[in-house]
Amino acid sequence: MTMFFQVAIDGLLMGMVYALVASGLSLIWGVMDVINFAHGEFLMVAMYVSYWLGFLMKVDPIISWVASGAFCFILGAITYRLIIRQCLGGPALSALLATFGLSMILKNICLNRFSPNYRILTGTLLDGKKILLGDLIFPLPQLVTGLSALAIVFIIFYIIKRTRLGWAIQATAMDKEAAELMGIKTDWIFAFVFGLGGACVGIAGGLMPSYLAVHPEVGGLFSLIAFIAVAMGGFGSIPGALLAAIFIGLIEAFGGFYVAPVFKYVVVFGLYIAVVMFRPKGLFGW
Amino acid sequence: MNKLPLLEVHNVTKKFGSLIANHDVSFNIEEGQIVGLIGPNGAGKTTLFNCISGLYKVNEGKVLFKGIEITEFPPYRVAKLGAVRTFQIVHPLKDMTVFDNILIGAYLREPNNQKAIEIAERCIKIGYLSEVKNKRAGDITIGLKKRLELARALATGPKLLMLDESMAGLTSTEVKESVELVKNLRDTGITFLIVEHVMEAIMPIADKVIVLDGGIKIAEGKPEEIIKNEQVIEAYFGKKYSKKLQAAKGVEKSV
Amino acid sequence: MNITKFKKKDVYWYLFIIVLIIIPLVPFVVNNSFLQHVLILILLFASMSQSWNIIGGYAGQVSFGHSVFFGIGAYGAGMAVVKYGIVPWPGILIGAFTASIVAVIIGYPCFKLKGHYFAIATFAIVEIFNRLFMVWYWVEGALGLDYPLVEVGWKNFIWYNTKIPYYYGVLILFIVIFGIVRWIEKNRFGYYLAAVREDQEAAESIGINSTMVKLAAMAISAFLAALCGAFFVQYNFRVDPPMVMSLSMSMTFVLITILGGAGTILGPLMGALILIPLQEYSRALWGGFGGGMDLIIFGIIIVVVVVRQPRGIMGIISELKNHFQKIKKSDFNLKKTEGGE
Repeated sequence: MTMFFQVAIDGLLMGMVYALVASGLSLIWGVMDVINFAHGEFLMVAMYVSYWLGFLMKVDPIISWVASGAFCFILGAITYRLIIRQCLGGPALSALLATFGLSMILKNICLNRFSPNYRILTGTLLDGKKILLGDLIFPLPQLVTGLSALAIVFIIFYIIKRTRLGWAIQATAMDKEAAELMGIKTDWIFAFVFGLGGACVGIAGGLMPSYLAVHPEVGGLFSLIAFIAVAMGGFGSIPGALLAAIFIGLIEAFGGFYVAPVFKYVVVFGLYIAVVMFRPKGLFGW
Repeated sequence: MNKLPLLEVHNVTKKFGSLIANHDVSFNIEEGQIVGLIGPNGAGKTTLFNCISGLYKVNEGKVLFKGIEITEFPPYRVAKLGAVRTFQIVHPLKDMTVFDNILIGAYLREPNNQKAIEIAERCIKIGYLSEVKNKRAGDITIGLKKRLELARALATGPKLLMLDESMAGLTSTEVKESVELVKNLRDTGITFLIVEHVMEAIMPIADKVIVLDGGIKIAEGKPEEIIKNEQVIEAYFGKKYSKKLQAAKGVEKSV
Repeated sequence: MNITKFKKKDVYWYLFIIVLIIIPLVPFVVNNSFLQHVLILILLFASMSQSWNIIGGYAGQVSFGHSVFFGIGAYGAGMAVVKYGIVPWPGILIGAFTASIVAVIIGYPCFKLKGHYFAIATFAIVEIFNRLFMVWYWVEGALGLDYPLVEVGWKNFIWYNTKIPYYYGVLILFIVIFGIVRWIEKNRFGYYLAAVREDQEAAESIGINSTMVKLAAMAISAFLAALCGAFFVQYNFRVDPPMVMSLSMSMTFVLITILGGAGTILGPLMGALILIPLQEYSRALWGGFGGGMDLIIFGIIIVVVVVRQPRGIMGIISELKNHFQKIKKSDFNLKKTEGGE
């Protein structure tokens, strides 16, 4: 029985990180109707930034997440300005393929410069520490990362729902032209949102190198899971993405433990197809 | 010899959540008629079209075409049977030429290239579209787009043509031309159900007119009867104004 | 006759002539085995991408799941040769039909999804098939199928010392697939595909059963992709799930077609002509220490083309044509006014 809860905890903590990644994607998708194929690669970049800061300058992930978050915010904003903006008027496929191209560029630059070797940060502040609750182990790096991720999701949700900036974002998402007529600088909003989406992923990536190996391919799976989470949760819904992501984290953990590791993703993907058959716009989509 | 009505609409009700867009609407259309469907904005005319053509599923009621029940048919089946509609907001196939648009309509009855091309050529002439035949459909004026929509529907060889506000946005010359077109087409055996706001376009040529208001059918009859119908006047002008109109007209009501 | 039809005929004739010239020349001009390999890959990828073009370009349903059909085709041939020790041909046919059936079964529910949801569902399907094949005992799972030595020739469709028959084989495949697409373009089915792509609601209103049309396109497209997969395994002597049923293989079909020009008959060929040599030569040049350089360039090309000209190379060509036609027209007007009144 304890095994069950332990697996659940591991899944939950991972799911919270997925939730942060998915929220970033959901924001971008919801506001601009663009699927950022490079989302996972932004995460990879963030992980490398955090890794090198830790490895070369002994900066702990607890601090370097700020740097990687900021780095990815800028990366996101630049991506919008240089690439996405041109794609907005045209076929929906353009933005997707352009970000796919970007993902290839980012991934292979890292491959080229940093080699395909797996790297992990040892000796960080939280490394190896854990909280014990009865028989249940809460590894501290994962716990801090998971809870921070969750906190940031709530902060972002709060910003969107309760601040003027958030309302401007919502307005732009619902009707770009109407928003412009009301004086909202939609171009800046788009750049900000893309940056914010990048920042989400950047923060998640900043905290993880102490327990998750950094390598050029690490982004791919996160991308896929983020897509599934956002689509399952529904277009434009951050709560939906949150729930779906945590759900996926749990399914992944249980599937991997009780069925077989190779099947954990089959279950996740199969679940997506099942959900979307009954609710073609996701659980909370509009 | 009692012929079956071409189109029968029986007690059609369509709701969107708690909003009742069409309530218990019934009417028949005989072959060869030109029937107008009028009513103030929001009366449910386009919704009714969508219910008949299969775009919406009705909550209650039946629709029969040529005696066959088409209530549950998807749009393409209704079109194949011979009841074809145009859209209020035109749907040209923007990236294709005007000719190709119509050709695709012709392909419904005629899979053979040569014969389909002939049908399309004919429809181009009927629709006065020869000049823009090879232009990109997205680039022509709104008036021509509406004619394109009509010609494309025509190419499918329909028995019933349902036009949704095809006169909106046209100049008065264009309106006159389109009215002539409808009359000529009726003489070739096509029945018409026409939603219109432009009264000059429909009242002179309709055999009968159906009036919707707030989702309910409030009147049905010949055009000359409809314009005198109190409920119709009230629907368009509102209670207060129509009372004024009555008072100004004098004693007609009390007698 | 319709002017648009005439233009298409024009270009096709040019293509046909080029192809006719290439066939007898290749063995004499191209002695370099590597160059032959590149040519074969160009034709193969052009064929694969053209099969995707039917559903993705012409019908406008952008699916990222096509590598599944490619893989089924490869496994069809592979199983016949490796597991049952017979000639590949029955396996090729069974593989192709299986791919069609799978396509229809997957397509039917997926077509109910719109936009991004559809695309993501196709990713999910590739991943599901990938994992399934990895653990499926009957097809040797992750180990894949390795070809034994067999008698050389057309019966087994295997040659070890020369690439020339492979070249003719893929050329035939190429001509068949391009021919089918050409036929589609000129007949009702092609027009229906375009109508469904442009405006499904309008298409339905004039009697087009859009679901049937999409499923038919899916079935044909999958069948042809499977044939390409079968060729691949016969050429490669080996197949395993990550090699054929991967997201990156799917993306390759999509990218080549989009880069060249989706919905055009020459698009896939253009795309393959640019990307395959790039891929193969960079791998040869930088393979070891460069690591990923070719993909960086690939990525940059994708971004630039997709952003500047989403209609791909064919879009660029048609823009240039229009540009020159405008220049010609203004020249002509100039001459008129000069010479006339």
